[in-house]
Formats: sequence, structure tokens, C-alpha cells
Amino acid sequence: MQLQALQELVHKSRDARRKQTLTKFPADERDQLIKKYHPDYRENAYRPIKFGPNAGELTVRELAALLEGDSPVPADLDLTPAYSTDVLVVGGGGAGCAAALHAHAHGAKVLLATKLRLGDSNTVMAQGGIQVAITSEDSPVQHFLDTLKGGHMQNDHQLLKTMVEEGPSIAKWLLDLGVLFDRDPDGNLHVKKGGGSSKPRLLTCSDYTGLEIMRVLKDEVLNKKIQLLEFSAAVELLSDGSGNCTGAVLQDLDNKRLFVVAAKTVILATGGIGRLHIQGFPTSNHYGATGDALPMSYRIGAKLLQIDTFQYHPTGAVHPEQLVGALVTEGIRSEGGHLVNAKGERFVNELDTRDVVSSSIIRECEEGRGVRTTTGRIGVWLDTPLLDVESGAGTLEKHFPAMVRQYKRYGLDITKDPVLIYPTLHYQNGGVQIDVNGESGAHNLFVAGEASGGLHGRNRLMGNSLLDLMVYGKRAGSTTAERAKSMTHGKLTLEHLKRFRAEAHKHHGALATQSPMLFPDYVRKES
Amino acid sequence: MVVNKSMELKGFDKSVAIDQEEILRPKMVTVEIAGKKYEVPEGITVIKALWYSGQEVIRGAGCLGGYCGACATYYRTKDDPKVRTCLACSTAVEDGMSFTMVPPFPARKAIYQMAELKDPKQDLFNLYPEAPLCRNCNACTEACPQGIDVRDGVWKAVFGDFKGVSEMFMDCVMCGLCVPVCIADIAPNLVALYASRAQGAHFSEKPKRLHERIDEIEKGSYKSEWDRILTMDEQQLKDVCAAIK
Repeated sequence: MQLQALQELVHKSRDARRKQTLTKFPADERDQLIKKYHPDYRENAYRPIKFGPNAGELTVRELAALLEGDSPVPADLDLTPAYSTDVLVVGGGGAGCAAALHAHAHGAKVLLATKLRLGDSNTVMAQGGIQVAITSEDSPVQHFLDTLKGGHMQNDHQLLKTMVEEGPSIAKWLLDLGVLFDRDPDGNLHVKKGGGSSKPRLLTCSDYTGLEIMRVLKDEVLNKKIQLLEFSAAVELLSDGSGNCTGAVLQDLDNKRLFVVAAKTVILATGGIGRLHIQGFPTSNHYGATGDALPMSYRIGAKLLQIDTFQYHPTGAVHPEQLVGALVTEGIRSEGGHLVNAKGERFVNELDTRDVVSSSIIRECEEGRGVRTTTGRIGVWLDTPLLDVESGAGTLEKHFPAMVRQYKRYGLDITKDPVLIYPTLHYQNGGVQIDVNGESGAHNLFVAGEASGGLHGRNRLMGNSLLDLMVYGKRAGSTTAERAKSMTHGKLTLEHLKRFRAEAHKHHGALATQSPMLFPDYVRKES
Repeated sequence: MVVNKSMELKGFDKSVAIDQEEILRPKMVTVEIAGKKYEVPEGITVIKALWYSGQEVIRGAGCLGGYCGACATYYRTKDDPKVRTCLACSTAVEDGMSFTMVPPFPARKAIYQMAELKDPKQDLFNLYPEAPLCRNCNACTEACPQGIDVRDGVWKAVFGDFKGVSEMFMDCVMCGLCVPVCIADIAPNLVALYASRAQGAHFSEKPKRLHERIDEIEKGSYKSEWDRILTMDEQQLKDVCAAIK
């Protein structure tokens, strides 16, 4: 049946649904739902890691292969540095730019290297907003508790407390740089309510929050004349032989040559893993989201945390085919959009946490209440026209211009018709274990943003990622800059890699994959 | 919540709930990429057509979601002389389409320290002296894949309506397609970014509530509440969280 005909039920059921209130699932029902339907609980997608700091722990097969994978760097590489710097920042997204700007502000010589262009990242796509507790009925403590609840009580308390407390000053820093957050008529910052949050706390720039922040930070990195190497990917770290990080080996992606950067400290801000397409899921992530920090940190001896849990954003596009995996912002549900199955029924409180909502969508589809497209995909409806019905014509257009535009490109009008959605691989909940300044288990190796782990527990709340990037980018940047003042460059060796390879040879199948992956391989090999 | 499990959709197969392969055999179309002809499935995006034809794309791939402007592309449709612009990640191919990705353009970005500007509306003319030389050809507006009235934005910046500029350019993905077409050598996207940042940093109200919150945190107003929460055992904390509405 054509989608056009199937969606009639969404229009017909709208008025009845508007009168309905769905309560959130009780705790035990919610746990059962997640265990049965969330992709994190599909046992055959996981296997134990064979060796290294996380030996024996479970992670998804795609990541395990990269962690046990081999470096592209030959053991006899000439380690004469092409560049020498106080702070090497790897990654040009939100965390990388924040780290570079703060390190620069603290007087350090900074080199920012990124494998694509400055600003190419997941940050630029963040639509939902940034969580900062500013209203009188809200507080940093409430923000802490909401996040802890959303993360299934598995969040690192100290990391989380630091993030929520520094939120307001980070918002001020962004405002001073010229970021245009939405305002209330009285001049205060406008706040919206996000999934899993008990109070409205999201600062937004319509649905372009990430783009606006990224445009400004990028411009600022250029204004500060921070040394920039684009299309230069870090492929291995360097150590002094006693576990301290002393720099990195990078690859110039234009001529494929390897070169060495000597650095007193290194900050990895390489983002998440969506492009590994874990369990075959489509992803909302950018082209370079291949988790490069994880294998590099692992080889130098840093421990990873909670790498068995990933966030599947409930509302990834399913139709049209060109948009598969792309995000339909949570903001639509924040403003009252319903999720509707093939029978025209709601089936979950749309503002429950992402893992709950995703699991419930998968349940609808697996139990036969999903809608199938002509290309064989399946999903449920997100009733977008409802927003205009509830809040007046033009609401969608005004609040979600990016979303309206994205669909309009393919001839679909989301103000008139609902859209089909299914969970899409969105976020790496865990990552490299860090302390409150962003330092990993390997001395002088810092990790900031999505690449790091512990802060979000087993499920990140909407709007906490942008804040994470800014707060921990700042802390890593200022800590490394201050430390650089009282230290000298260390010896440049590949001792850790030698040890890693020696260990790997004891395990069948290790070193089979080269890592970091850098990019997904989408190029078709034969005709 | 009661869930009705009785109704199963006809022809529904559980095993392919998260399948990625297209079930239908795609209809093929002919496109021309940088002068060479290739057969690609109809309706895939321009960037997927590049991959499909065996080409690696590094310069030119970014967010793949229409936000970063990395994949700016020139294209022409069958028999139409008009060369158009698009984002390769967000445009579907059609039969007879001809396209080439746009290489980076060496536009000049002015260097400024936003906080130190004394008169940002006047400073515009020192930083971007070419901005007032717009000759109204409107090529920038036609080049914009986001549908922004770029020419009007440049004039708004010149006349000091920075608020207007910031509202118009919130959609700007900085693809830079407006730059090479400008006969007055203006980089409209960079002029707009400057004006938008100045609007935020210099011409927007200081949000009172935010500053109050920062003061409260610095004064330690939440200390007792933190102490209470952080000294709880696991179960107490769990109970507090469970009680959140």
C-alpha cells in the first residue's frame, strides 16, 4: 500500500489522540522493555575483548575488531617531528574547538589537526539544544539528578556535577562570543523541555543550535590564528616509553604521508562511532564518526568505559530513501509531536528517555504494528502536522526550519503529512575513561567530548552532549595549557605500540583490521 | 499501558526489521560526473552516486545531513543550460544530470577580536571594505542552496541592520557557494557571520536570569543541596531519582 494511503490513519486518529495522556512506564516495565528490545541487549552483537586494558569486557563486534586492530604506523618510522607544540588537539568539532580556544587563552602554543575540515563534526548537526539549568524552578542539582536518572544511575558523579555547575558560565562564554540563543520577550534566554528532563532547560538557536555554535567557534579559532592542519588524521599516539603520551603520528590525507607532531600534551576530541554502523543500523553521524580515539587510546594503555552501550536516537528518518538515518529532531516531540503506530495509536510517552522511546518503537515494529516502505524499510509515524494543529499554523516552519527544509528538498511537506521514523545509531554513551580535567589513564593524554566516557552513564540525555563538549573541551584545554608551562617535551617512541603488537600476536585474529578506521568504506568496488 | 498484540500487518517479515539493502531492484539512470558518464540508481543522492561510481570522496564529504556545507556541488539537469548549485548529500540524482563538486575557494576572511570591537557596524567597512561595493547582480542569492536572500543580507549588513542579517543567515551552512559568483569579490557568508556574531556579542541584551544563576553557583548557594545528594547511598539516590516526575 502507498504511504500516502497508510498515513490517512494518522490524520483520522489525531483528534482522539490529542485527548489522551500517556503516563511513563513504571520502572519494572521500562526495564523489561529495554532488555527485550534495545539493541544494547542483543547478545549476538557483542563479544569479549581479547586483550588490553579492557580484556574480557564485552563490546560490539565492530568496535572489538578496531580495538584489537593494528596501527598503520610501521615500527621503524622516522620519528623526527614535523611540528612541535605545547598542546595538540585532534578533532575540529565542538570539543576540539573549545579545547583549542581555551588552551590558547591560557597562553599555550596550540596545533589543531582534523581529518576533514575545521567544524566538520556531529556538533554542527546538533538540533535539540544545550542543557543549562537557569530558571528559578530549576537548579544544577536538578539537572544532575535528571541526568543520573536518564543514565540509569551509572554516571560518574564528579564528572556530572562539574558539567552541570559549569553550564551557566559556558552559556555566558558562548553568548559573549556572539552565539544567538533564542530569547524570551523579556530578554532572558528561552528554555525548552527535553526528553528525560523534569524542567525546561534547553537553550536553542531554533533547530540550528549546533550549527550556530560551530560557525562561531570555527570563526574564533581562525581569528585567534591557531595553527590548523585540515585533512590530517591522527593514526597513532607517541609515548616516552614509560606510559606518558608525548605526541602523535598523523597522516596527510591528500598525499597519504605520515608525519610526526611532538606535543607536551595531546587532547583527542575525535567524536563518536556512528559510521561503524553497529548492528547494521543507519546513523545520524557525520562522515568521519569512526571512533578514532578509542583504538589509539587503547593501544597506549588507557582504559575505556561503558563501551557496551550506545544511543539509538528514536527518530531517524526512514523515508524518503535519501534521508535514511538522518535525524528528525527530538524537539518535535518536546513540542508535543506524537509517535503513532500503523493502527493509528500512540504507544509511549514521547518524552521518556531515548532508550525507552527507541525500544518501544522497535517493539511496535517487531510485533507487527510498523509501517513498511516500498524499499522494504519499516518505521512508525511521527505526527508532525499535530504541532501546527496544537500551536497554530506556521509553528513547525518557525521552530523547525531545518527539518521543514530537509524534507521539502524531496517534495515532502511535514507541516501537512507525518513522517516515518525508526531508531538510528546516534551516540557513543561510553568512551575513554577520564578524570575531571579530561585526562585519560595515560599521562598527558586528554580526551574530550563524545570520545570520552563516564559522564552520561548508559544513556545520554538530550542537550547534554553540547554542554559536555564545551565544559570538558574547556577543562582539557586549560589544564593542558597550564601543565605545558612547567614541563618539557618528552622522548618520542613507539614503545607502547611494540608492546601492544607483541601482546596481540598471542591472540588469534588480532591485528586483522587496521585502525583507526578514519572513514566508512562506501565506495562500490565492482560494477 | 495496554498494547494490542492481535493485529499483524500483512506481508510483514520480522527478520528484515532493520535491513539496509534495498528490496526493489532500482531503476538505473545515466549521469555525468566531471564529464564522464555513469549508470547509477535513480533517486540516490549526488554523493552516493559518486561512491556508486567507484570514487572516493574525502574533500567534499562532511556531515552528510545538509548542515556543514562540505559537499557544495554544481549541477545541470538534462537539456537545461542553467548551471545550479546544491549540497551533494541532500540532492537526488535524475536521468541526464551532470555534476561536479566545487573545490574550496580562497576567500579572504577578515581577522577580528570580537570583544575588542568598539563600533562593530562601522568596523565592518574596515574589515570587509568590499561589502558596500555590491552591484546588485543577485548571483549570490541564486547560488544559495539554502534559499537565503543573500544579496539583501549584504545590504542589511552595510546599512547596519545586523539583527536582520542574523535572522536571515541562521540557515547558512557556510558552503561558500555565494563567494565565487560575486563580481565585487564580497564573501557574503563571512560578512553575514561577522554581523551575526556582532549582533550577539554587542547588540543583544544581557540575560539577567543567567547572570543570577552564575552568581548563585559562585556564592555556593547549592552547597547544602549538593552535600545532601552526594552523601546519599546508592539506594537513597535511586529513590530520589525514581521520584522525579
